[in-house]
Amino acid sequence: MTTPILERTPARAVAPGGPVRAGAFSPAQLWASLPDALRKLHPRAQLRNSVMFVVWVGSVLVTVDALWQPTLFGWLIAVWLWFTVLFAGLAEAVAEGRGKAQAATLRRTRRDTTARLVDGRVVAATELSIGDRVVVGAGETIPGDGDVVEGIATVDESAITGESAPVVREAGGDRSSVTGGTTVLSDRIVVEITTMPGESFVDRMIALVEGASRQKTPNEIALTILLAALTIIFLLAVVALQPMSAYAGGPQPVVVLVALLVCLIPTTIGALLSAIGIAGMDRLVQRNVLARSGRAVEAAGDIDTLLLDKTGTITFGNRQATELIPVDRASTQELAEAARLSSLADQTPEGRSVVDLCTREYGLPGEASADEARAEFVPFTAQTRMSGLDIGGRRIRKGAAASMPGAGEVREIVDRISDEGGTPLVVADGDRVLGVIRLSDVVKPGIAARFAELRAMGIRTVMVTGDNPRTARAIAAEAGVDDHIAEATPEDKMAYIRTEQEGGRLVAMTGDGTNDAPALAQADVGVAMNTGTAAAKEAGNMVDLDSDPTKLLEIVEIGKQLLITRGALTTFSVANDLAKYFAILPAMFAALYPSLGLLNVMGLHSPQSAILSAVIFNALVIIVLIPLALRGVRYRPSSASTLLRRNLLIYGLGGVVTPFVGIFLIDLVVRLVPGM
Amino acid sequence: MDDTLAGLLQVALLLVLLAACYAPFGDYMARVFTSERDWRVESALYRLVRVDATSGQRWPTYAAGVLGFSFVSIVLVYLLQRLQPLLPMSFGRGAVDPATALNTAISFVTNTNWQSYVPEQVLGNTVQMAGLTVQNVVSAAVGLAVAVALVRGLVRSGTDRLGNFWVDLTRGVVRILLPFAFVAAILLVAAGVTMSLRSGVDLTGVDGAAHTVPMAPTASQEAVKMLGTNGGGIYNANSAHPFENPDGLSNLFEIFLMLVIPVCLTRTFGTMVGNRRQGTVLLSVMGVLWAAVLAVAWFAETHPNGPAALAAGGALEGKEVRFGIPSSVLFGVSTTGTSTGAVNSLHDSYTGGGGGVVLLNMLFGEVAPGGVGAGLYGILVLAIVAVFLAGLMVGRTPEYLGKKLGRREVTAAVVAILTMPTLVLVGAGLAIALPGTLDALNNDGAHGFSEVLYAYASAANNNGSAFAGLTVTGDFFQTTLGLAMLFGRFVPILAVLALAGSLAQQRRVEAGAGTLATDEPLFGVLVGGTIVLVAALTFFPALALGPLAEALA
Repeated sequence: MTTPILERTPARAVAPGGPVRAGAFSPAQLWASLPDALRKLHPRAQLRNSVMFVVWVGSVLVTVDALWQPTLFGWLIAVWLWFTVLFAGLAEAVAEGRGKAQAATLRRTRRDTTARLVDGRVVAATELSIGDRVVVGAGETIPGDGDVVEGIATVDESAITGESAPVVREAGGDRSSVTGGTTVLSDRIVVEITTMPGESFVDRMIALVEGASRQKTPNEIALTILLAALTIIFLLAVVALQPMSAYAGGPQPVVVLVALLVCLIPTTIGALLSAIGIAGMDRLVQRNVLARSGRAVEAAGDIDTLLLDKTGTITFGNRQATELIPVDRASTQELAEAARLSSLADQTPEGRSVVDLCTREYGLPGEASADEARAEFVPFTAQTRMSGLDIGGRRIRKGAAASMPGAGEVREIVDRISDEGGTPLVVADGDRVLGVIRLSDVVKPGIAARFAELRAMGIRTVMVTGDNPRTARAIAAEAGVDDHIAEATPEDKMAYIRTEQEGGRLVAMTGDGTNDAPALAQADVGVAMNTGTAAAKEAGNMVDLDSDPTKLLEIVEIGKQLLITRGALTTFSVANDLAKYFAILPAMFAALYPSLGLLNVMGLHSPQSAILSAVIFNALVIIVLIPLALRGVRYRPSSASTLLRRNLLIYGLGGVVTPFVGIFLIDLVVRLVPGM
Repeated sequence: MDDTLAGLLQVALLLVLLAACYAPFGDYMARVFTSERDWRVESALYRLVRVDATSGQRWPTYAAGVLGFSFVSIVLVYLLQRLQPLLPMSFGRGAVDPATALNTAISFVTNTNWQSYVPEQVLGNTVQMAGLTVQNVVSAAVGLAVAVALVRGLVRSGTDRLGNFWVDLTRGVVRILLPFAFVAAILLVAAGVTMSLRSGVDLTGVDGAAHTVPMAPTASQEAVKMLGTNGGGIYNANSAHPFENPDGLSNLFEIFLMLVIPVCLTRTFGTMVGNRRQGTVLLSVMGVLWAAVLAVAWFAETHPNGPAALAAGGALEGKEVRFGIPSSVLFGVSTTGTSTGAVNSLHDSYTGGGGGVVLLNMLFGEVAPGGVGAGLYGILVLAIVAVFLAGLMVGRTPEYLGKKLGRREVTAAVVAILTMPTLVLVGAGLAIALPGTLDALNNDGAHGFSEVLYAYASAANNNGSAFAGLTVTGDFFQTTLGLAMLFGRFVPILAVLALAGSLAQQRRVEAGAGTLATDEPLFGVLVGGTIVLVAALTFFPALALGPLAEALA
C-alpha cells in the first residue's frame, strides 16, 4: 500500500479573520453545541428523522408512565431515553456548529461597501443590479461578483481563498472574473456586475457552510427509507410481543417494551446520519473546496473516470530544462556555461531548472560568484522575449527561437524539439548561437503510483492535453494514465464525457476557461478553478478556491469516505441489535420461562440492570461515535473487495461483539445502584 | 444399515442428482425464457386468446397480467368447489362451505396449498384435477414469470419493457412444468404411487370389518405438487400417506422434485445475466442455509428429551417408521425451505429445536432454496438489500449487476421484504390475543404459541405446511390466514415487478475494481448474513417465546 505522494494542501482558513478550528473534534464542542441540541428536542425538529422521532415518542411515554407510577427504574430509563434523543441532537448540532463558525468568519469579511458607477454615481453595494458597471480603484473593495470589462489590476483574493499572493485580473480572456469582497491592490478596473446582491459567491459560501440550503442527497434518502423500514418492523415486533407475552403469562410494562424498541431501532445511524452528511461537506470546505450540493459530494465517490489536465496535475506547471544541444562548433561544456550564465539571475522556474541542469549534469556551480553577482541582468519582457546577463563585455542571452539569431541547423533542432512537444530556448553569446536548451514536461514524481492506486479503486484516469499526439502519448505512458486526449479542444472533452456517460460511467473533471463551461456542466463532478471565469464557476458543481487541479483526487476520496462512513455506521448499528436481544429478552422472559435465562450469556446482574445497561449503551454509543461521524472512517485507496472485507470485519463483526462487552461493563456499574 | 449412514447416503444421492441437472436444466430454462421462437402449440394458444406474443410489457401491464390471471383463477377454483355437486366424479360430495372454499382457492392460486379441509372427504376428482392440479401448474408458472421479469430488469438496459407475462406464463407451463411433471408422474406410478379415478375401494380388513379405502388421481397431482413447490396433498396425510409416497425411493424422488427447479433457477439466472458465478454464489447461500437447518433439525430429532423418545432412540412421534428420522427431517427441511409445504411427518411433533428450525427456515423468507420462481426473486431482493446495507462500505453508491440502488429500488425491496414479517407478527400477535384461540389450540404454553406462529409463517410465506395442533376452520383463522396468503404472495410480487421496472430503465454499468463484486464468496457471506440477521432480529422475541423456550427447557 502506497500512501498518497501528491502533496496535500493543508487545511487553510477561508478568511483572513484567523483559521477556523474545524479539523479536530474536542469535547468542548459538545458543551458549546448543547443549547442547539436542546432546541432540537422540539417535536417539530424531531419529525424530520423518523428513527429519532420514535425514540422521542417513547421517551414521552416512559416519562408519563414514570410520573404515573414512579419507580427508580422507570425514571432512570426515562432519563436515559431523553439522553438518547439529546445525543442525536448534539451530533447534528456539533456538525452544524463547525459550519456556523466558518460562516461567521466569512461574514466578518463582508463589509458595507459602496460602489462607484461609471457615470459617477455612488450607491451602496446592496443596491447594485446585474449589468451595472462599477469602477474600482487601488485599495477599494470590489462591490460584487462580476467580470472585468476594462483595464487590468492586481487583486487580493485572500478573503476568499486564504492565499495572500495577489492575482492579476484583466478584461477579456479567462482571467476576467472577480469576486465581491476582494480588494484591488493596484491599477483601476471597470467591473460589470453579474450577480444580484445576496446571491454572490460569498453569500452562497455562507449558505453552504451553514448548511442552510442543505437537502438530503439521493443516497441519504434511500438510506432513510431503509432505516424507516427497519423502524417499522421493530415497532411491529415489539407491539406484537405484548399479546405473545401476555399469552405466556406476563404482559410487559410499557417502560420495558419502549426500552426494547429503542434499543432495536437503528438509533446509532439515525442519530448520526445528518451529521455525517454535514461533516462530509465540511471536510471539503476545509480543503478549500465548495460544493454546490451534497449530491455532488456523493457523486464524487461514484466517479469512474477522471479527466485530468496534463499541466499542473500530471506534470509540473512549468516546463523544465532536460537537455542541452550544442550547434556548430560549440562544445556542450561551452553551451552549459553560457546557459548557466543566462539563467543565473532568472528566478522563473524555467530559469532555475536550467541552472539545476547545468549543476547536475555538467558540474557547474549553482550559486553566482562575486563577479557574476555584479553583472547586469537583462530581464525578460514581452517585447524582446529573451533574458540574459551582460558580464565582462559578453552579452549572454537565451530566448524563444523567433527572437534569437540563428538559422539552418538551429532551426532544425528548434523544429524537432517543438514537434516533440518540448519548448526550445536558443542560447547565444552576442551574435553567436551556441545551442538550444530543451524544456520539457516533467511528470510529477509518484504520480504513476497514484494512478495505479486509482486503477485499483476502479477509477480510470484520462489525461487531457493540447500537445500533439506524439508528445501526449509519451507523457501518458510515463505517467501511467489509462487514456489520453491529445490536441484536446473543449469539444473533444465534451464528446469524451458524453461517451463515458453513455456507457453508464460517472465523469469528473476540472476546468477554468469559459470554453470549459459546457463540459463542466456535463460532467457529473465538475470542479471549477477559483481563478477561472464566472461562466466556468457557474457551470461546475464545485469550486476549488486554491485552483489546484490535483484536488480532484482528494474530492473523490472525500466522496468515498462519506459513503463508507454511512455504510459502516449503518452496519454497526444493525449488528448491535443481537447483543441487545441477549440482554433484554432474558430479562423480560426468564420469569415466564426459566429456560430463557440461559440466553443471559453476559451474566447481567438483574432484569432491571440488564435493560438499563442496554439503554445506556445505546445512548452512549452515539456520543462515542460522534468524532468518527465527523472525521469519517479511515479510508485508504484500495479495491472494493479489500475495503469490504476490512469494513465488514471492523463494523460488522465489531458491531456484533462491541455491545456484548459494553453492556457487560455498564452493568458492572449499574448493579451498584441500590434497587437494581 | 445404520440409520444415519442411510440418511447421509440419501443426502449424497440427492446432491448428485441435483448437480447432474443443474447446468443442463438451468440453461434449458434460460433458453425457454430468452428464445425468440414460439412452439406451434403456443402460437395457437396466443391466437386463441388474442395475445401479441412479440409485444413487451411495461411493469404495470405485466403486474396487471399477474393479478388479473390470479384473480380469475381464484374465482374459478372457488366456483368449482361451490358447484361441486353439479360436477362429474364428485362422488356425492357436497358443495364446500364458502369460507373453506375461498381459503382453498386463495391457497392454491398463491402457490401456498394450505389445506383447512380433509381432501379425500371433501373434494371429488373434478375439483381436484380441474381446479387444484391446474393451479399447481399455473401458480408455479406465475412465480417463474415474475422471477424471469426481475432477472430481465437486471439484464436489460434503458428500456421499460420486461417481456410479456402471457408468453412467460405459457412457456413456463408448456415447456417446463407440464412436460417434466408428466415424466415425474410416470416415474411416481412406477414407484407405487396410485392413479385412479375411482372414489375408493371396499375391502374387509384383517379384523373382519368392512373398510373403504379412498382412491384418487394421485400421481398426476403428486408430481406437480412437488415439482411446482405446491404441497397440497390429495390425501389429508399428504406425503405421509402410502398412496402419495410409498417408500424411501419415492420419498427421495419427491424431495428431488421439490428442489430441482428452485436450485436450477440460480443457473438460469447466472446464464441470463451472462455471469454464471452470480448464480453460483446465490446457490451456495441457499445450500448453506438448507444444510445448516438440516443439520440442526437432524441433531435435534436424534437427541430429544423425554423418556418415550429416549427409549425409541429418537423423536419418532409423528414420523413414519418406513422413513425414519433422517428421511423425515430431510423432507421436512426441504419442504419448509422450498415453500412447498408437503409433509411426510408431523412437524408439530418435532422437538423444540427441530420444530424451531423448520419454522425459522420459512421465516428466512423462503430462500433455502425457495419456491418455484419465488425463491429466486426472494433471494435477489435480499441480495439487493445486502448490497445496499454493506455496499456503501466500498465507497460507492450501491449497485447490483451494474444497476444503481437508489430510492425507488430500495423502497421496492423493503416493501417486498417487510410484507412477510408484518403479516406473521400482526397475524400471530392478533391471533394469540384472542380468547377464542386458546380453544383452538391442542397445546398450551410455548408449544401452543409455536403452533400459532407456524400457521402464520406458513401462510405468509406461501408454504402451506401445517404445524397442526391448531384448529384453523374457524372464521377468524380462515379469513386471516387467507389474507396472509394473498398479501404474502402478491404484495412482494408487485414490489418485485416495480423493482424490475425501475432496474430495467437504468443503463447497465460495467463492473470495475471499485464496484462491490457480487460473484465472490465474500458476497455470499454478506447475503447469507443479511438473511439470517434480518430473520433473527425480526423474529427473535417471537421465537424465544415459542420454540426457543421449548428447546432450552
